[in-house]
Amino acid sequence: MKEGEDRREGTVTRRGFCQAAGLSACALATGGAAAVSADFLRPRVLFEPATTFTVGPPDAIGPGAVLDFPAYRAFVIRLPDGFRALSSVCTHLGCITRRDPDVNLIACPCHGSRFTLDGDVQSGPAPGPLRWLQMALSEKGEIIVDTAAEVPQGTVFKF
Amino acid sequence: MDVLRALTENRLWRSVVRHGVRGTNRNRVMLVMENIFLHLHSAKVRRRSLEISSTYYLGGISLTLFAILTITGLMLMLYYHPSVPQAYDDMKELQFVVSNGVFLRNMHRWAAHAMVLAVFFHMLRVFYHKAYRPPREFNWVVGVVLLLLTLLLSYTGYLLPWDQLAFWGVSVGTNMVKAMPVLGPAFRFLLLGGNIVGENALLRFYVLHCVFLPLALVLGVAVHLWRVRKDGGIAGSSGLRRADAGKIP
Repeated sequence: MKEGEDRREGTVTRRGFCQAAGLSACALATGGAAAVSADFLRPRVLFEPATTFTVGPPDAIGPGAVLDFPAYRAFVIRLPDGFRALSSVCTHLGCITRRDPDVNLIACPCHGSRFTLDGDVQSGPAPGPLRWLQMALSEKGEIIVDTAAEVPQGTVFKF
Repeated sequence: MDVLRALTENRLWRSVVRHGVRGTNRNRVMLVMENIFLHLHSAKVRRRSLEISSTYYLGGISLTLFAILTITGLMLMLYYHPSVPQAYDDMKELQFVVSNGVFLRNMHRWAAHAMVLAVFFHMLRVFYHKAYRPPREFNWVVGVVLLLLTLLLSYTGYLLPWDQLAFWGVSVGTNMVKAMPVLGPAFRFLLLGGNIVGENALLRFYVLHCVFLPLALVLGVAVHLWRVRKDGGIAGSSGLRRADAGKIP
């Protein structure tokens, strides 16, 4: 048996203490570096296009109109019960859907999902309904849609 | 031969390569052992393992294609800016303006397709020859990582032309990432550097495609080749000599 090994159970050797302290310091530094790096990878400012857009005065939209705004990825629809804004981003894999006027459905060109004007899935692989979006009136009396703000399905706006 | 001898038996040559060109066994081993590029490979291999039916040279083909991709990719980088919408214009310029640009771009594209295919067939070959069995099971795992890296390289390169196909391909792909439980949305945000496939996403994919993933692949390939040697050379079809092949039902 080498010198220094015949110690009682539970006692801490100087070498053991230094090893534990060194490894702890290394672990702390590695963890800190990982956390800082992960933080670095998250952009703090995004230079992305605005999520709100102006549609126009409510009166300019006739009953039964389905307006498509592909640049903002949203539909603005006026039915007898009021206005609604639907995201045109397919809930399957994020393609932009288009309205098919022949069958009055919203159709996705990528994988063939079809949605009703309520956003409900009629056919295809989409796992859920299209998102309904927040609408508001601006000070000028124009409809504003925020594509980043989701509202519960069935939320109809009256202006 | 005199010219060869004069070339290889002077001080300058010997300072670089420490052995002559004599065809002795020792010299052949030294050629491999003392060369950083060859030393990953075995100094001696069985004649059987050099036959085409042992490996179909699929690993070598993959590596050669990777070399082609590295060279053509480096050249393409000289005319490409990873920014919106410059990337698309640069791609068009490479196609129609730059001398031999379309040839380089096509070479990069077809070599990329071929590499995915070659790596995949290499995996099939290893599987059907039972070459994944001990002691080679770890090298199989390294190979799976290399297959993933190849696919990721292929996929990150897909966005760089910044055309409709690229944009929607990556939109769909990163939405698949989002479907991953718990971490999905955060991981997609990190991958794209934002919420949409935009300028940040292009830059991140560019850095992954041109720096991070190739470096990881080179490291992986080094381990893979070294491990082949350490595991006792490649495992060919069955180890049977052709003369004996018909004797066992």
